[in-house]
Amino acid sequence: MSADLKESPSQTAGPYVHIGCVPSFAGLEGMYRGRDLGAQMIRDGVVGERITIQGRIFDGAGEASKDAMVEIWQADSAGRFNSPGDTGEASDPSFSGWGRQPTDGETGLFRFETIKPGAVPWNDGRQQAPHISVWVVARGINLGLHTRIYFSDEAANADDPLLSMISDTARRSTLVANRSGDTFHFDIHLQGEKETVFFDV
Amino acid sequence: MTETVNLQPFSRRDLAWHPPALAPDYKSSHLRSPQHPPISFPNTLSECAGPVFGHDIIGPQDHDLIVNYASSGQTAIGPRLIVHGRLIDEDGRAVPNALIEIWQANAGGRYRHKKDGYLAPLDPNFGGCGRTVTDQDGAYSFHTVQPGPYPWPNGGNDWRPAHIHFSVFGSGFAQRLITQMYFEGDPHIALCPIVQAIPDQAAITRLVAKLDMEKTIPMDARAYRFDLILRGRQATYFENRPEGS
Repeated sequence: MSADLKESPSQTAGPYVHIGCVPSFAGLEGMYRGRDLGAQMIRDGVVGERITIQGRIFDGAGEASKDAMVEIWQADSAGRFNSPGDTGEASDPSFSGWGRQPTDGETGLFRFETIKPGAVPWNDGRQQAPHISVWVVARGINLGLHTRIYFSDEAANADDPLLSMISDTARRSTLVANRSGDTFHFDIHLQGEKETVFFDV
Repeated sequence: MTETVNLQPFSRRDLAWHPPALAPDYKSSHLRSPQHPPISFPNTLSECAGPVFGHDIIGPQDHDLIVNYASSGQTAIGPRLIVHGRLIDEDGRAVPNALIEIWQANAGGRYRHKKDGYLAPLDPNFGGCGRTVTDQDGAYSFHTVQPGPYPWPNGGNDWRPAHIHFSVFGSGFAQRLITQMYFEGDPHIALCPIVQAIPDQAAITRLVAKLDMEKTIPMDARAYRFDLILRGRQATYFENRPEGS
């Protein structure tokens, strides 16, 4: 690969990322017919268990970020992705698989209404525990951060091939969202003692 | 269904080519940079597949920032530009049907965002965002006005170069990328701590759009060319992937 064909270098999304990606949150009501892309992941008739995922993104001083943007990508309840990249059986037509939300300007909370994903395979045929891929961008983050959400009520976590690769076992719990009713809480710590595990995918 | 799709894992990202998480002169990065190195693992379907957005989500004026927020019969104020290029991967292959979203300040350097309080005025006919989907050759094009530089609270007297933010999707979630486009010859590029967080001058050069007189429309709009490159795919397919999945 020549230097001319290396990946375009990343730059921070900056504090005004919402103008381009979540325009109504920035105050541009009516842009793109008033619909922010990724705001809604499920439609009536969606198959699976409906859940809410919410959390905050904390910096190294314990301050909740109020200008970040979070994207998630996940399989449907049968473990199928809504993507031409998944050549298996068709995924649930009432489920997009991809969502995008800002952190709230006052509370710092992000919130997704979605469904609990089914298991998808690891590359040797073993199953991975149900999980959601997460991508975080914000002012001060030079390259988008990849992490994953696992679920506290899934026994399969114990055998998950990726969780097992994290040699510092105490850090595995940073990827597990805790259940309370229909809501899973997943806080992301960018830095410090509770630092979330991030991946070079 | 026999449509050809690519499920190969991605080439590893060269993290020394991208800006590091902690760039000391970019002050916001101090408290927002992880201290542990990211953990690598082999790509699975979760990383290799990604959302794909059809051309049907794009409205007829979504790519034209000169008119997409303007009152009827009005246009945005500022030097009129065409910003165009191709989206390819590291193997030189076109990335078709990929969503590109952009956002920028107006000609005076003011963003239409509830948190921007810079004293330069808003342009009532300029919103500052646009989006499009690449064609079969990976080509894209926007119509906009040239953004102005603006000051920001970092050092005592820091100004961002004129720039346009780009958010790009490929075909897999691992390709997700946000970057910024700069303009050829802007003296602020060398002074900017966000740009200079990129360690390699060759990488910085890749973010500088070139004046493109060929695509300029006489008596109407100048053109800048900005090509984007996403991660390529490795040559090997998944091993031992269960039949039919």
